[in-house]
Amino acid sequence: MSPGVLSVVSAALRRQWLLAVRRPADTLNPLLFFLVTITLFPLGIGPDPVQLPAFAPGILWIVALLASLMAADGMFLSDYEDGSLEQLLLSPASLYVTSLAYVTSHWLVTGLPLTLLSPLFALMLQLPVQALPALMLSMLLGTALLSLVGSIGAALTVSLKRGGMLISLIIVPLYVPVLIFAASAVRYAAQGLPAGSQLFLLGGMLAFAVAAAPFAIAAGLRISVDAG
Amino acid sequence: MWTFFHKLGSPPWMYRISGRILAVLLPLTLAMLVAGAIWGLLYTPPDFRQGNSFRIIYFHVPAAVVALAGYYVMAIAGAISLIWRMKMAEVAMKCAAPVGAAMTFLGLVSGAIWGKPTWGTYWVWDARLTSMLILFFLYLGVIALYQAYENKEAAAKACAVLSLVGTVNIPIIYKSVDWWYSLHQPATIKFTEESTMHSSMLQPLLLMIVAYYCLFGCALLLNMRSELLQRGSGTQWVRALVVGDRGTGGETRVL
Amino acid sequence: MVTLRGLALQRGGRTLLCDLDLNINAGQLLLIEGENGSGKTTLLRCLAGLSSLGRSGSLQRDCDEVLYLGHRAGIKAQLTPRENLAWACRCQGWATTSIDAALARVGLAGLEDRICQHLSAGQQRRVNLARLYLSFDHGAPRALWLLDEPFTAIDRAGVQALADTVAAQVARGGAVVLTSHQDLPLDIPLTKMVLGVAA
Repeated sequence: MSPGVLSVVSAALRRQWLLAVRRPADTLNPLLFFLVTITLFPLGIGPDPVQLPAFAPGILWIVALLASLMAADGMFLSDYEDGSLEQLLLSPASLYVTSLAYVTSHWLVTGLPLTLLSPLFALMLQLPVQALPALMLSMLLGTALLSLVGSIGAALTVSLKRGGMLISLIIVPLYVPVLIFAASAVRYAAQGLPAGSQLFLLGGMLAFAVAAAPFAIAAGLRISVDAG
Repeated sequence: MWTFFHKLGSPPWMYRISGRILAVLLPLTLAMLVAGAIWGLLYTPPDFRQGNSFRIIYFHVPAAVVALAGYYVMAIAGAISLIWRMKMAEVAMKCAAPVGAAMTFLGLVSGAIWGKPTWGTYWVWDARLTSMLILFFLYLGVIALYQAYENKEAAAKACAVLSLVGTVNIPIIYKSVDWWYSLHQPATIKFTEESTMHSSMLQPLLLMIVAYYCLFGCALLLNMRSELLQRGSGTQWVRALVVGDRGTGGETRVL
Repeated sequence: MVTLRGLALQRGGRTLLCDLDLNINAGQLLLIEGENGSGKTTLLRCLAGLSSLGRSGSLQRDCDEVLYLGHRAGIKAQLTPRENLAWACRCQGWATTSIDAALARVGLAGLEDRICQHLSAGQQRRVNLARLYLSFDHGAPRALWLLDEPFTAIDRAGVQALADTVAAQVARGGAVVLTSHQDLPLDIPLTKMVLGVAA
């Protein structure tokens, strides 16, 4: 008897939520990393009130990208180590659906908090207030994209002992379009220009990634469990 | 048709036939490279804006073209190995990665050398160079992933998945970088529109592109042959080869 | 239920099995014995469909459900036994009604809501074993059970209860493949297969 899609998705979300609540460090560390790294930039390039806001869109997005990379790294690790992943592969539930549910729950506890807190970080970098809506929208779409793409890397490297460095190497090039469009959306908005086209492009890429990435994630998980 | 595929999957057959292909292709490639270089460097008029420095396009553009094509060759071989579980496609994918990375590196270096007289600096963040740099990283990612897996069968599968993901992404990456660098020079050769290059400059370039494709093919085949020998170490056909009667080929004895 | 023809398994450049022909029929209990490193676990994972690297030959499987209990418990340390099993049931499409009963049968009554981290290793293994009772209660009768050393870490009464369930599963038309170092308190006919370490 194959379980219903909704039942599996809701069960997966519930399970990942419980895990996130009981292991809060996994959720908080990327956020703290974001905060700490943002602090480094004014120290490194100077607190110039002209330069800093000009660099702010790029800084915010590069740091978001790194935070998301850090979060993606451990995504399947504990499930792989304790054998939950094997059971997931054996269950009649579609791996496409469960992968998507995993990514969704992962994004809910990493990407979404980042999105919600991004205005705070933006103000630290003196980003003009008028750019905040575009920043949050680009974060909303962009972090979801990063989660999807990052999960492919996580799935492919989970069985490897030193997957951490490797995942950056294989995933960062794939993050480039997200960085380009998202950062430019924020930059446009900061200059008072319409940022709609970049956001639409991000949305389109997200729609495509939602449809396509779970195939790659599922394939990666199968290979990793097999190789382990 | 099916017997052909069957043969394609047989290492001794592939080893033998690739040797024959190389015997023809290798001299041909060298001749084309030399001819293209002489033609391009000595017998074309200098560019009215860039003078003689433009001539490095005879090395840069073919490398850039073949580097990108190489990624697709790698990804298609990966897809074949995933779908039909063909070992030879796995070998081709594994061997295409370093060759493609080398082509990309060549493109980057020649682009940087071109940059010095043109822009006055070795590196500019222009769209084509930036895209190539990212392509180089994509190649490195595939190579690193392959190296990281101890089980080489799993490594090949993982790399096939990664290169397919990369294939889907490359057009997006190229388009986004183009968009990012919206002030870049227009692409020099367009087959659909009237070329912006004079035909006397274009013809040697096309010859060089063909030569680079052949060079890629040669390097891929050479790399595959050494990989086949490594994988087959200890098998009968490799032993027969080492003993010394290479001309006759080993298939009938092996099968 | 499972048909193997000319199966060969290689792992790490070593041949574990070669040219294995095997039928596993409904209502059959197959016991796989062999020294450590003889490929028992790999064979079981292969039957489960988790392992295809280094495999050649044909493997055909025709069963309604696969239950695999391996070395790794598949239990999340941060969840309670009840939560762990609820997730397992949802993935399998089973009802969640008899989770407590299943936990009671593996001797974990009263510990349903304790975080698994605070349970002993043996108790965690027993949480995993409870899946087997859930499969028996809710799963398809024509299921293939693949049990890798299921009798370690449980006491004598538990061993007996487990053996009875295995016998009942076989009796109702399922198939069970298990590896074990211990003597089994089973009085049903079983097929034994001994794997040797290849020279």
